Amino acid sequence: MTLTTEVGRSAVSASHRQPVLSIRNLSVDYGYDNNAVHALHDVSLTLHAGEVLGLAGESGCGKSTLAYAATRLLPPPGVVTGGEVLFTSSRDGHGGDLLTMTDAQLRAQRWKDTAIVFQGSMNSLNPVYTIGRQLMDGITAHSPRGFREQARVRALELLEMVGIPKDRLGSYPHQLSGGMRQRVMIAMALALEPEVVIMDEPTTALDVVMQRQIVEQIMSLKNELGFSVIFITHDVSLLLELADRIAIMYAGKIVEDASADEVYRMPRHPYTAGLLHSFPPLHGPRRELGGIPGFPPDLMKLPTGCNFHPRCAHAFEACSVIEPPLGPTSFESAEPFRSVACLLHDPTVNPGPVPVELSVRPLLVRPPSKETV
Amino acid sequence: MRFLLRRMGFYLFTAWAAITLNFFIPRLLPGDPVQSLINKYHGRLSTDAIDSLRVLFGLNTHTTVWQDYLTYWGNLLHGDFGISFTYFPTPVAEVMVQSLPWTLMLVGISTILGFVLGTLAGVGLGWRRGTWLDSLLPVANFFSAIPYFWLGLIAIAIFGVALPIFPASGGYDGGLLPSFSLEFIGSAIYHAALPALTIVLSSVAGWILGMRNMMVTVSSEDYVTVAQAKGLPERRVMFGYAARNAVLPSISGFALSLGFIVGGTLVTEMVFSYPGIGYVLFQAIGSKDYPLMQGVFLIITLSVLVANMVADFAYAFLDPRTRQEA
Ligand SMILES: Nc1ncnc2c1ncn2[C@@H]1O[C@H](COP(=O)(O)OP(=O)(O)OP(=O)(O)O)[C@@H](O)[C@H]1O
Ligand SMILES: [Mg+2]
Repeated sequence: MTLTTEVGRSAVSASHRQPVLSIRNLSVDYGYDNNAVHALHDVSLTLHAGEVLGLAGESGCGKSTLAYAATRLLPPPGVVTGGEVLFTSSRDGHGGDLLTMTDAQLRAQRWKDTAIVFQGSMNSLNPVYTIGRQLMDGITAHSPRGFREQARVRALELLEMVGIPKDRLGSYPHQLSGGMRQRVMIAMALALEPEVVIMDEPTTALDVVMQRQIVEQIMSLKNELGFSVIFITHDVSLLLELADRIAIMYAGKIVEDASADEVYRMPRHPYTAGLLHSFPPLHGPRRELGGIPGFPPDLMKLPTGCNFHPRCAHAFEACSVIEPPLGPTSFESAEPFRSVACLLHDPTVNPGPVPVELSVRPLLVRPPSKETV
Repeated sequence: MRFLLRRMGFYLFTAWAAITLNFFIPRLLPGDPVQSLINKYHGRLSTDAIDSLRVLFGLNTHTTVWQDYLTYWGNLLHGDFGISFTYFPTPVAEVMVQSLPWTLMLVGISTILGFVLGTLAGVGLGWRRGTWLDSLLPVANFFSAIPYFWLGLIAIAIFGVALPIFPASGGYDGGLLPSFSLEFIGSAIYHAALPALTIVLSSVAGWILGMRNMMVTVSSEDYVTVAQAKGLPERRVMFGYAARNAVLPSISGFALSLGFIVGGTLVTEMVFSYPGIGYVLFQAIGSKDYPLMQGVFLIITLSVLVANMVADFAYAFLDPRTRQEA
């Protein structure tokens, strides 16, 4: 596990920071008019080529909403109220804004450029078609006519790639175990060698051993095929291990965006620090388990100012008034590749020093590469 | 395969039970129905007919029930259901052979048409839910709530009497003899149009509503979203993924309605005086024509059985999950 991720991480260097998917100021509402739930608020996030971007946050903070909105699959009553999702191929530079493409462009783009594995993939397979048919129809839809035989060969190849016996091609979904179905979904997502794969809690419904196996498989396939991943989970410890960068979401906003080890060693947002303290560390010295007091806010009745301030131990007066933008940390020049949405890091607002646990000094100025881990 | 054989066995057993029941029911009638029938027909019944009546009601004292039962089976297998009184001296089998095609054509075709049209419309309405098409739903609701005989009478009153576009009764022009000539077939279609229209109209709304609701449910299933995410053509997603699953619950309903073609045709054929098996049954009941009734009931039972069997097999064909469980 550790080995494969190290290889994956070292592939990312400053010169490689070429964005393939950039989500800009994306806002999503569920419902209309005054009753609308603001599920996403001005979310900006960039996935670079070859990168594993982790997206973490408590249940209900809008992770799945982000995945659906970014692929224009948001079910009603979800509405994108603003923003853009720019795809730029790192292979030949084609792309565009997924949210304003025509239906035909979108259909051509889907699966070929961006594929997605949904949360709870147990129901992601059509129960009345064989998995072979479902693997193949995605391939043939994006291929010239008369591609059936090649599609079959490719489907067999994909099954083999995720470790499912080839003779399962003719099986129906109900004849497979949960883990196998999950692998089929992953194989399906990789069918057309997309550049971006969004995985929304791909292992949630599985037991721990199976989770491990599948995560390892995803990572080794990533290294083999070179796609970029947005990996969504509420399991921060998993992300610390496999992600290059981690974005933390809270109540529909990104509150911190930094490299994985920066998040682990030097969290800048009080919520990030709280999340890190709510599970035991995998390596290194034991820490006291904390957790975060209170509950995530009701999206219908968001607090004024910073969404997190009612639960925040470091909140001061300004927090209930001013909405903190996602911006540089207080060590701006020393860590140019990370950002945080917290007034503690805003010298124009914060009256005092940043609390110690949120201001661990960066070791050295460097790009977010992992060689120094 | 084993599943199919097991189901076949089950249906054969049920058919046997139904046929046997059909044998015993007339035997359970109290009194001497034969004597009263002889009186009713004032001696117009031949001795042949009286003998077969005695056999039918089990009043034939020379034989045991067991022997009667074997004779009954023997007759059945030869297609011999006895002689009808109403259409005396035509054998029951012949009466049924003459009337059944009318029913199968009229009610069969309009039942299938109603299902196909309603299901297709339901697919469209469900797929485009939330658009102006939803305003058609109350109309469908209205039609599904109208009792059939009322719809039939209104149709006759409007299109048969007030604006005589269609004939109000009968299966073909009285001046023609049944044949396969173009003229006769044209006349038959012309006479069938109005009853067929009422059948389609009264059944289509139910299929639309059922299918639309299932489409709405299925459209939010993950596998439909996955199909969209794969960039499949919209038609493929709509039919191959959404409708393909949404139609499953409708299948058994459809098979049942196929089974009721013969049994449920009574009202239609009464309202339109249509020469099908329902009308025959209506007459048989009116004149206590027991042999004819027995024949028609047997056909009704068997058609329900066959329809169920078709539903089972269709289900096994369409839903791989049922194949395994059974
Ligand atoms: N159809 C809907 N109507 C109204 N609100 C919705 C709808 N779907 C989701 N929401 C709200 O949007 C918010 C974000 O939901 P989302 O599913 O994106 O959360 P999540 O971060 O993926 O959670 P989890 O970790 O449990 O999967 C939730 O607060 C939820 O209540
Ligand atoms: Mg989710």
